[in-house]
Order: sequence, then structure tokens, then C-alpha cells
Amino acid sequence: MEPLQIAEKIKEKFPESWVDVKEFRGQVSVTLKKERIVEICSFLHDDPDLSLDYLVDLCGADYLGKKEKRFEVVYHLYSIPLRHAIRLKAEVPESDMKIDSVVPVWIGANWHEREAYDMFGIVFRGHPDLRRILLPETWEGFPLRKDYPLQGPEKEWSGFLDVLDRAKRYREFEWTD
Amino acid sequence: MGLITGLQSVSLVEVEEGTRVMAPNIIITSFDKLINWGRRSSLWPMTFGLACCAIEMMATYASHNDLDRMGIIPRGSPRQSDFMFIAGTVTKKMSEIVRRVYDQMPEPRYVISVGSCANSGGIFNTYSTVQGCDTFLPVDVYIPGCPPRPEAFIEGIIRLQEKIKHEEFRWSRWR
Repeated sequence: MEPLQIAEKIKEKFPESWVDVKEFRGQVSVTLKKERIVEICSFLHDDPDLSLDYLVDLCGADYLGKKEKRFEVVYHLYSIPLRHAIRLKAEVPESDMKIDSVVPVWIGANWHEREAYDMFGIVFRGHPDLRRILLPETWEGFPLRKDYPLQGPEKEWSGFLDVLDRAKRYREFEWTD
Repeated sequence: MGLITGLQSVSLVEVEEGTRVMAPNIIITSFDKLINWGRRSSLWPMTFGLACCAIEMMATYASHNDLDRMGIIPRGSPRQSDFMFIAGTVTKKMSEIVRRVYDQMPEPRYVISVGSCANSGGIFNTYSTVQGCDTFLPVDVYIPGCPPRPEAFIEGIIRLQEKIKHEEFRWSRWR
């Protein structure tokens, strides 16, 4: 099925979730409201004509100062039996940083959602194990947000301060000429 | 009659400064020279790699460049190691582990910092990267490069051997 036809199907089935559709170089992106994302995803996964059984990627995005609703969660979907693909974008406003988890639909979404939580602070409701995946558990802040300073906040991460402190304390045991 | 009685009459040949050899089996030298020679001739590194520099480090260990011929055999435990390559990007999360591995190594111990990232943070001037592993480790030799070629590794090891060669009194009760 052509990706625009898939988009059409989503629009028919979930008109109240529909925001926008964009085509660029044969790739179709459907922008959606976040409220019924799990229903939409299970429909795309289970419908025999769509059968989008493979979640290629799930990531977060920050449009600080560019879009009214600051964050998006992006789902890249592909159908292995039918060989068609589509991209979904769910809008997540800064005032309500929660979205439903799609782990019940694609179990592979687990670590991707953890990464989006780690880097953007988007909370996935119903996720079985929502912890940071890359950064240490004690890290403060979400580094892929556009307002996060590249070289980190002024307050250094406490774990690295411990290492520096240990290095300082052990300096007296170093051998010097 | 067969004992060494006429020492003065037998000539001692000076093979290098401070080391004299008398035929057939007597060598006169200092403890510093003997121990430093032993140490620098069998440097055992800790098997530890962090990023792409570690790939180059493995290439240096492997048969083409062959560090075994220099007495360098990577060890699987920090307790058996003499020195450690910091080969790659040190993240803040990893710095704790790097420091712990170093702390487990017995004296005398040395550190070679390999590549731009370990030397200064390199291109990663970011929130997650340590800006040079010398912020929390005493580094003996820095090897530049991104990543350095195996020849640069060998040069770095030779520099470390030179450093060990000129150490004094490190064999005594340490410090």
C-alpha cells in the first residue's frame, strides 16, 4: 500500500486525532495528537491490510521556539510482509510531558522509550521499567533538550565530583622523583 | 687457587655508564640499573580499551607490530599489571571505573594516555566527556593522534621505558 493511502486510512479511522500529513521524497509523516496513540498503533499493527509489525525506530524531538507544542515522539513503522512504511509524529506539549507507552504493541519500544525519557524527559505511561538508559541514575537534567548547555550545567554531576575527590585524596600516595 | 684473588689485575670492561663486566660471569652495577632494566623489559599492560583507540591498540598487540617482542603481554587483571593504556574517550560515567581499575594496580604503576580524547577530551567538549584523563589520573606519557597509529603506540612505550630507565631508588620501600 502507498504510504499516503495508509495516512488516509488513519484519517478515516481516527479523525479526532488527526493534525497534519506531510510528504517529502516519497516518505510520509503523519502528525497526530498524543491521546489515542496506543489505539492508533495497535490498529496499524493488527489491520491485515497494513500489518505494520516492525517498529524501526522510536525517538524524541525538541522543537523549542519552532513549534507551539515543543516535543514530539516519532515512530518509524515498517511492514515486513507488505513492504510499506510510514512515520508517525505524536505532539507532546511542555505543559504535559506524558504519553502512553507503545510497549504493549511492539515490545522493542522498551529501550527506545527509555532513551527518549533519558534524553528529553518525556514520560511514557504504562512503560514496564522507565529508568534512564544511557546516563547514570543520579544525573540531573535532560541533555538533548535544546535549552540544555552543550558543556553541561554549571553544577557538575555528583558522581564525577566523587572521582575527582578520590583522585585528590590519593595524590599523596603517588610516587614522585 | 681457583678463587678470585687477583681482582685488581683482571680488567673490568665498562659496557655502559655504571655497568662493568668481567669475563666470564661477573657484572658490577647498581640496584637502580638492574631493577629498572628488569622493569622496563617486561611491562605488562592492563587489558582495557574505551573507544576507537582501543582498536588501534589491539592492532599494535597483534602479530604485525607484535608487542610481545618487547616483553609486553596484556594482562586480564589490574593486580598483575604494570601500566595501563587509557585508550579512547573517557566519559564521566566511565571515569569511576577507570579510576577503580587504576587503584587496583600494584606499585610501581604507570599510565599512558592515548589519543586526543583521553589527552584533552578531543572534539567532545560536551556535558558527558571528561576533558582529559589527567584530571583524575597521574599520566606518564601522552600519545597524540586520532587515533594514533601502531608506530605511535610503540614510540609511547619506548618513552615510558626511557622514563623507567632514569628512575632512582624506586625499588626501596616505596616513597
